[in-house]
Amino acid sequence: MKSAVIVFPGSNCDHDMLRALTLMGHRAEFVWHKTGNLSGYDLAALPGGFSYGDYLRAGAIARFSAIMKAVADFAAKGKPVLGICNGFQVLTEAGLLPGALLRNQNLRFICRPVYLRAENLRTRFTRAIQPGTTLKIPIAHGEGRFHIDPDGLKQLQDREQIVFRYANARGETDPGANPNGSLDHVAGIINREGNVLGMMPHPERAMEAILGSEDGRRIFESLSA
Amino acid sequence: MRVAVKVRLKRSILDPQGKTVQQALQHLGFEQIREVRIGKLIELEIEEGQSREKIQQMLEAAGRKLLSNPVMEDFEIEYPGELP
Repeated sequence: MKSAVIVFPGSNCDHDMLRALTLMGHRAEFVWHKTGNLSGYDLAALPGGFSYGDYLRAGAIARFSAIMKAVADFAAKGKPVLGICNGFQVLTEAGLLPGALLRNQNLRFICRPVYLRAENLRTRFTRAIQPGTTLKIPIAHGEGRFHIDPDGLKQLQDREQIVFRYANARGETDPGANPNGSLDHVAGIINREGNVLGMMPHPERAMEAILGSEDGRRIFESLSA
Repeated sequence: MRVAVKVRLKRSILDPQGKTVQQALQHLGFEQIREVRIGKLIELEIEEGQSREKIQQMLEAAGRKLLSNPVMEDFEIEYPGELP
């Protein structure tokens, strides 16, 4: 599998993403945002960071990069697009995923491991996850509070587009397990077609036990399966 | 001509920043201030010699496409004379 790791000015999880993909046996390459072409790639990964300094809103400027036209075409062809953290913010700003990410409810930048409950194991990003397990994966963001209007939320719920929810270690979505105040505990969503996934937690930082968790591998294994 | 675009969170959306500032104001003794909501003021310098209608159309497009995110924000355009 040949993967593109898209690099914007201010991306800072691009090397982690490249390493994670390489660990999982992908041929992964950096693709600079001024490139307008993703032909030959099987996966487009939008990494975390602070593209364009988060000016105006997180992801608001990056969505106008030349590469985003290519990402939209790539997604329209049904190819997988994975947006992590700032990558998720860029995908919502670009309209490739619904909703928006707002300032965390407690106004703090939160950097710590959280537990995720995978809600839909039939996606190409989650099929390697064992039912009934939680994933321990770190978050690192100041603007991760998912918001959408009530109709939009209902559509996400009805179509099983909410792929990950913040939970406790037992997989229960109690209020204390929602780090940023996200609506309905949303940590990650998928588009209606099932090929564009955005999530705030960082699976690429949970690839090796020595770093605290290797649960992030399940997502990359799903993609390779 | 200098025009301002005011961008603010929709009323239905919690503004934790505004709430924190409101609490700080309470601590300072400004107890009559019941609610604070924080937005952005974007000032734009626009070439002279275009009709007001054209400018309005352009600013509405700019507001919708970039200056605000319609999922979470509303915006308003203010012309000179309307500015304080």
